[in-house]
Amino acid sequence: MTAIQLEFVDWIIIGIYFAFIIGLGFYLQRFTKTEEDFFIAGRKNSSWVAGIAFLSANLGALELLGMTGNTFKYGMYVAHFYWIGAVPAMLFLGIYMMPFYYSSRIDTIPGYLKLRFDEKTRVLNGFAFAIMTLLVSGINLYAMALVLHTFVGWNWDVSIWISAATVALYVTMSGLLSAIFTEIIQFFLIWFGLFLVSILGLIEIGGIDQLFARTPESFATLWSTSADPSLNGMEVTWAGIVLGLGFVLSFGYWTTDFLVVQRAFSAKDLRSARMTPIVAAFFKMVLPFIVIVAGLIALSLASDPASGFQLITENGQTNYDSALPLLIARYYPTGLVGLGVTALLAGFMAGQAGNVSAFNTVFTYDIYRSVINRNASDAHLLWVGRVTTIVGVLLSIVTAYWAKSFPSIMDYMQAIFSWVNAPLFATMLLGMFVVWITPNGAFWGLVAGMGSSFLMFLAVKFHWIESSILTMSERSSEMAANFWRAWWAWLICFVVTIVISLVTKKKPKEELVGLVKGLTASDDGGETVAFTQRPEFYAIIAFIIFLVLNIYFW
Amino acid sequence: MKSVWYFVGILLTVIGAILTVNGVYQAFSPPVHKPRLSELHAGIWWGAVILVAGILFLVTNRNKTVD
Repeated sequence: MTAIQLEFVDWIIIGIYFAFIIGLGFYLQRFTKTEEDFFIAGRKNSSWVAGIAFLSANLGALELLGMTGNTFKYGMYVAHFYWIGAVPAMLFLGIYMMPFYYSSRIDTIPGYLKLRFDEKTRVLNGFAFAIMTLLVSGINLYAMALVLHTFVGWNWDVSIWISAATVALYVTMSGLLSAIFTEIIQFFLIWFGLFLVSILGLIEIGGIDQLFARTPESFATLWSTSADPSLNGMEVTWAGIVLGLGFVLSFGYWTTDFLVVQRAFSAKDLRSARMTPIVAAFFKMVLPFIVIVAGLIALSLASDPASGFQLITENGQTNYDSALPLLIARYYPTGLVGLGVTALLAGFMAGQAGNVSAFNTVFTYDIYRSVINRNASDAHLLWVGRVTTIVGVLLSIVTAYWAKSFPSIMDYMQAIFSWVNAPLFATMLLGMFVVWITPNGAFWGLVAGMGSSFLMFLAVKFHWIESSILTMSERSSEMAANFWRAWWAWLICFVVTIVISLVTKKKPKEELVGLVKGLTASDDGGETVAFTQRPEFYAIIAFIIFLVLNIYFW
Repeated sequence: MKSVWYFVGILLTVIGAILTVNGVYQAFSPPVHKPRLSELHAGIWWGAVILVAGILFLVTNRNKTVD
């Protein structure tokens, strides 16, 4: 007996979705003629299109299920991932970093490292990003098959191969363009498919006030219990949230992860590129009204024996990811169930398409053209991109089966981000804002940051050291350990980069024009545009909303 | 090339129409196993919301193209 039973009309809706996105791939192929069309979607998107795609590339079903489950486990603190763990970084990207990225006409983040530093730093980051992307893509695929098998009763192998083949088909045909189209469609399917869970849940419970009245205090606040880790569900202090999540992990992911930043590169001009993460920030702030509210509803129902609601337990372990599927099964009639499952499927597939399109771009530009074939023509690079898409999907399938045989690699997802993104943020920050940082400083700083993060992970995993050494607290959750490890990796990269830069050869200033603050003229025509039309104006509004939300739920 | 919003409109219109029609059918011919709050007929009104959103996207973007 599975949690969700599908009827004929549900299958019709799922079938329409599959047919629609494959048809879209065929349609968009006609407009994908050059390598820029394939890898950067022709650089012609508006800030709305790029902004929603920017957000949706991160909005996989794994995140929706995981964050709803985490809310059940940790409470309101999970909202930090959507607010302090995203919004300041997005606004910083739009206001300060995007001018350097976009104006230098780079195709990838490693491409910026090549211009600002040197080839070896670019290749190091290119390889690290390619491996990370494939691992994350494969683990997502594994998670999708697991979810569909557990909650809908689908065959494991069929789920993996059909969804992977569909993604391979439409990304091979039209690259980033089709990935962005499906991400936008996924965004609407997720809102229309899952927001109703929160609405119906609140109706059953009796409103938002009743929901908070039934939630334990340690699960119902954002900051007021953060002075002592024993007082909050996540067992973390405010310092861990601010430094680890709010600063390093958040800025590391949202400002340097090519998977999301690639969407901003597809914007039609600099203003649109700068507005991309700012538009995304507004939508990011309202996502807790799906995931956090649903998680609290599940918690509230589960604590009331009369509700008949309990999460699935397997071998004595609570399956927190079951919260959202069980709420769908509880409230949704036939038809809406099909829409809910389609929303989850769309989230999984768009997430995989995002990873694959980022992988094919970084591999083609930063590994193939940089190391293997420096004189490749545009047509040849387009061909390489298509082949790489298929190879990337096949490697994701291999990773998915690997994950199936070693389920614990699911635990490494957060760790993978802190290995690659946290140190890279230190390199980017210094590279963009400090003129005298040298290529060797950046390279060895990255090596030290990535290496130390990996070593810290192993040291805690195999009990060579106590995690309290990293978290500076006797009591901490695995999530808190992730925050602190990211902070230390960032700091090590930051310090090593500075120290080595002090004793190694600097790049001439004329080679850094347009890449470093202080050597870059403002080129967005900002002086001639009214303040209310400038990205800064919208960033200020977003930041005020962010502050109000944090104070209201303090 | 047609705008992405046009395709969003097509998909939402089709899904919204199916959900609304299916919701009306279920109102007159209720299933054996009813979900919680089935008396609210969420399929009808939520389907209608999706249908209206889809039609709005379709109408406002039917002639728009992206170069």
